[in-house]
Amino acid sequence: MKLLDSLRFRIAALFHRSQVNAEMEDELRSHIECRADDLERSGLQRAEAERRARIEFGGYQRFKEECREAAGVHFFETLLQDLRFALRTLRKSPGFAAVAIVTLALGIGANAVVFAVLNALILRPLNVPHAESLYAIERGSDKAINHSYPDYLDLRDRNRSFDGLAAYNVAPVGIDTGDSPSSAWICEVTANYFDVLSIQPYLGRFFHGSDEHGPNSAPYIVLTYAYWHAHFQDDRGVVGRVVRLNKHPFTILGVAPPEFQGTILFVAPDFWVPLVNQEQVEGLNVLNQRGNRVLLMVLGHLKAGVTPAQAIADLNSIGASLEKSYPKDDGQMTFTLASPALTGDWLGGPLRDFVTGLMLLAGLILLAACANLGSLFAARATDRSQEIAMRLALGSGRGRLLRQVFTEAILISLIGGAVGLWGSVLLLRALSVWRPLPAAPVHVPVTPDAHVYMVALLLALASGFLFGAVPVRQVLRTNPYQVIKSGSAGRAGRRVTARDLLLVVQISICAVLVTSSMVAVRGLLRSLHGHFGFDPKNAMLVETALSMAGYSGDELPAMHKRMIDAVQAIPGVQTVGSVDRLPVYYGANSSDVFADKTADLRPSNVAAEAMVYNISPGYFDAARTALLTGRSFTWHDDKASPRVAVVNREFAHRIFGSIPNAMGGHYKLGDGSRIQVVGVVEDGKYGSLAEDPQPAMFLPILQSPAGQSCLVVRSNRDPQQLAAAIRSTMRELDPGLPVTIETWSREMDAALFPSRVATVALGVLGLMGALLSVTGVFGMAAYSVSKRLKELGIRIALGARRKEVLHAALGRAFRLLTFGSAGGLLLGILASRVLASIVYEATPRDPLVLAAVVLAMSLLGLLATWIPARRALSIDPSILLRDE
Amino acid sequence: MTNHAQLLPGTLDLLILRAVSLGPLHGYGVLLRIGQISGNALLIEQGALYPGLFRLVRQGLLKANWGTSDNNRRAKFYELTTAGRKRLREETDNWNRLATAMGAALAAQAGEI
Repeated sequence: MKLLDSLRFRIAALFHRSQVNAEMEDELRSHIECRADDLERSGLQRAEAERRARIEFGGYQRFKEECREAAGVHFFETLLQDLRFALRTLRKSPGFAAVAIVTLALGIGANAVVFAVLNALILRPLNVPHAESLYAIERGSDKAINHSYPDYLDLRDRNRSFDGLAAYNVAPVGIDTGDSPSSAWICEVTANYFDVLSIQPYLGRFFHGSDEHGPNSAPYIVLTYAYWHAHFQDDRGVVGRVVRLNKHPFTILGVAPPEFQGTILFVAPDFWVPLVNQEQVEGLNVLNQRGNRVLLMVLGHLKAGVTPAQAIADLNSIGASLEKSYPKDDGQMTFTLASPALTGDWLGGPLRDFVTGLMLLAGLILLAACANLGSLFAARATDRSQEIAMRLALGSGRGRLLRQVFTEAILISLIGGAVGLWGSVLLLRALSVWRPLPAAPVHVPVTPDAHVYMVALLLALASGFLFGAVPVRQVLRTNPYQVIKSGSAGRAGRRVTARDLLLVVQISICAVLVTSSMVAVRGLLRSLHGHFGFDPKNAMLVETALSMAGYSGDELPAMHKRMIDAVQAIPGVQTVGSVDRLPVYYGANSSDVFADKTADLRPSNVAAEAMVYNISPGYFDAARTALLTGRSFTWHDDKASPRVAVVNREFAHRIFGSIPNAMGGHYKLGDGSRIQVVGVVEDGKYGSLAEDPQPAMFLPILQSPAGQSCLVVRSNRDPQQLAAAIRSTMRELDPGLPVTIETWSREMDAALFPSRVATVALGVLGLMGALLSVTGVFGMAAYSVSKRLKELGIRIALGARRKEVLHAALGRAFRLLTFGSAGGLLLGILASRVLASIVYEATPRDPLVLAAVVLAMSLLGLLATWIPARRALSIDPSILLRDE
Repeated sequence: MTNHAQLLPGTLDLLILRAVSLGPLHGYGVLLRIGQISGNALLIEQGALYPGLFRLVRQGLLKANWGTSDNNRRAKFYELTTAGRKRLREETDNWNRLATAMGAALAAQAGEI
C-alpha cells in the first residue's frame, strides 16, 4: 500500500512537476514573509526585516533542492536523465544495440506466441456464462469422454448435482438451401443444450427440451453467427426458412450470438441440430442402443454449492446401479469430471503436455537470451571500466551507477519486448484465421488478449533485471584508483569467471533446443517414409456420404457395388476398393472382441478391443495392404454366407497366439455374432501415426453395411484428370450425391498435421537456440580476441605459429563450447523422451540424431569463431605495437 | 546563542510531529511552536525544517492543505494523519526510554556500581 502511495505520489509529481515546484517556492516564500512580518512588528523597517528573514532562513536553493529530493520529485528526473544517457550510449554502439534487441525480441516473441497458445487453449475458459462450473463427464479408468444416449438419459434424469446435462456429437451433413447442395459440419445436440449453457439467441429462438418428442420429432436448426454471415449474408429473414439436410426439410429457428462457437475449442460447427433427428442426419439411429457410445460429450453446470467430488460420488452411485441393471452394455461406470473445451483429457492431456513442454523450451530460449545479453553487458562494463572509474572518482555514487546500468538494461528489454510482441501478434493473427485441414472444421483460436501483453511486459522487465544484474558485482568492485592507474590492459585472468559459466549454461540450453528439434525433424522424416499398412502414393480417395443422399439399409451395399464397378470401368484405374472410415485420418471405430469359448459377453470378459473397418472386396489391393496369408473378401461374402473377417497380425497374435492358429479360427463380437478368420494382413496405423501396434479386423461390407464410404482408387493417371473423370461418373450414378475427391497423400497431410506442427514449433525453437549460441560464442570469442590483441601481437612477433595463436586466442571459447554442448546433449536426450509421445517414432538414442547434434554444434562453433579467428591471425604486430 | 542545544540527528522529525500534534500549523508556525514548547533551547536552521516536512508528508505521517495564516498570508497547513499520531506515540516512548537510560548512565556515581 505504501509502495503504491509513494508511486502515485511520484507519478503525480512527474506530471505536476512545475506545479509542485511553484508550490514549493510559494511555501518557502510564505515562510520568509511571515518571519519578516514578525520582525517588522518588533520594530524593524520592512526592507530590513525581509533581508534578515532571508538570512535566517539559510541557503534557499539548497533547502529547495533538499525539499525536492525529500518529496520524491527527483525520481523521475533522474530516470529521464538516465534514459537519455542510455539512448545516447546505445546510439553510439548500434551493433551492440541491434544484437541485444534482436536477441530479446526473439526470446520474448517466442514466449509470447507459446503463452498465447497456452492461454487460448488451456488457461482461458470457454466463452459461455459461468464456464468455471461447466464440466464434461469422463467415464472409466481410461477417461473416455463418449457416452451412449440411454446412459446419458439416466445420468441426466437421476443426478442431483447438475443444473442440467446436455450432450452433443459432431457430424458432417449435406445441406441444400435451394441452389446447390454442399456439405457442412454440425453439432447434433440434445434440445436442452442452449438452456443448459444459458446462451441467448442473437436472432430468432433456440430449440428447448420441450421440442423433443422421440425420433425425428424436432426438424430445427440453429445457425452459428459465422455460417449465417457467410452463407446467408446476414439476412435477418432467414428465421423460419426451410432448408434440406440430407434431403429432409429442417426449419431455421435462429442464429447464435457471434461469441458462442460451440463447446469444443478446435471445432467450429456450422449449425446445431437436435440429436433426436439423428436418423435423418446420419442415416441411422443408434440412440436406443445402450452399448453404442455415440455421444461425443455429456456436459453441464454443477449446481451452486456442489463440489466436483460430491458430483462424482453422485454420478458413481448412478453408474453402479447402471452396471447392475445392464451388465452386458455398461462396464466401468465410474466417472470423473474434466474441462469440456478440449474434449476432456482425451485431447487436453497430450496437448497440455505438449504446450507446457513448448512453454518450458521457450522459457529456456529466453533464459539463454538473458545469459547471452548478460555476458555482453558484463563485457561492456569491462570495456567501460575507465568511464565507470572516472565517474566514481568524480563523486558519483555506486547506487547511481547501478541505477543507470539497470535503466539501460530495462530500456533494451522493453524495446526488444515490444519488437518481439509485435512479431508474435502478427504470427498469432495469421494462426487464428488459419484452417489447417480444409476438409474438417478445425481452427486454432489463439488471438492474443490482455494476458498475453501483460506476460510479455513482465517477461521483458524480468529479463531486463536478470541480465542487468550480471555486471553489478563488477561495478561495485571497481576501484577507481587501480583502474585509472593501470590503464585499459586488463589482466588476462585464468580464473573461471561468471561470464564463462553463463556461456556454458547458454550453450547447454541451446544444445538442448537443437537436440529436441533434431529429434523432432528426424521423427517427421521417418513418418513421411514410414510404413502405415497402406500406401497413400498414387491413390485417390472418393468420399461419399451415402446416408446424406438418403440411402439406408440394404440400398447401401448395393450402391457401394455400383460405385465401385463404375469407377473401376474408368480407363487407367487399376483397382478400386472401399472402406467406411479411412485409417489414421478419421481415427477408427473400435469394438470389443471376445474369445470364441467365452459365453458371458460382459465387458469384463473382453479379450481385446479391436479397430473395425468395413471394406469392400479389392480394398486391400487398392490400399496396398499386404495379405500375409489366407484370402481377401469377394462379393460372395454376403448375408447369405457365414460371417468372415480378415484380421491383422497383432489381432492374430493377441487373440489366437499366432498367425497359423488364427487362420480358420473363430471369435465373437459383443452382439454375440461368431466370426471366422479367413485371412491375415500386415499391421498398420489406425488411430494415429504415433500409436503402438493395435489389433484390427476388417469385415465385408455386404455383411456389415456402412453409411459412409470412401473409395480408394489406385491409378497412375494424372490426379486432376482422374478426379474429373470420377466426378462425372458419380454424377451419372446419382446427381444428388455429395462427393469429395482428394489424393490420399493430401489426406495424409492432415494425419501428419499434429506432428508437423510439433516439428515446425520445435524446429523454430531449435533454430533460435542455434542463433543464440552463435551470437553468444561469437560475442565471447570476439571479445577475448580484442582484449588480447596486444598479447597475441607479441606472440606473433616472437614467432608463434598460426596454430598456437589460434589456441591462445580461441582455446577457451572452444573449451566452453565443448562443455556446454556435451551438457546440453545429455539434457536433450533426457528431454526428448517427452517428444516420443507426440512425434512419430522420435527416439533420442538415434545415432544419426546424436551425430547431427554434434555436427551442428561444431559447425555453429566454427561459424561463431570464424571472424574472431580471422582477426587474430591477421594481426600485424608492427602496427599493433607501434600503436601504444 | 551558546545556550542553544544542537539537535541530535533524527530528532527534528519527532519535534515536528509533536508540534503539529497540538493543532494544524503552517511551516513558520511549526518553527515558532517548537521554540515555544522547547523553551527556545533548540537551534534549528529555519530552512532545514522544510525537507523534514516534505519527507513526513511523503511517508504519509502528515497531510498538508493550503489555507490562510493569522496575518492573512497564504500558507500551507500541516496536520497529523492517523499513521503520524501512531508514529509520534512510538517515537515518544522510544525517546523517553533512551533519555531515562542515558540520564541514569550519566548520573551514575562510582559508589553505586
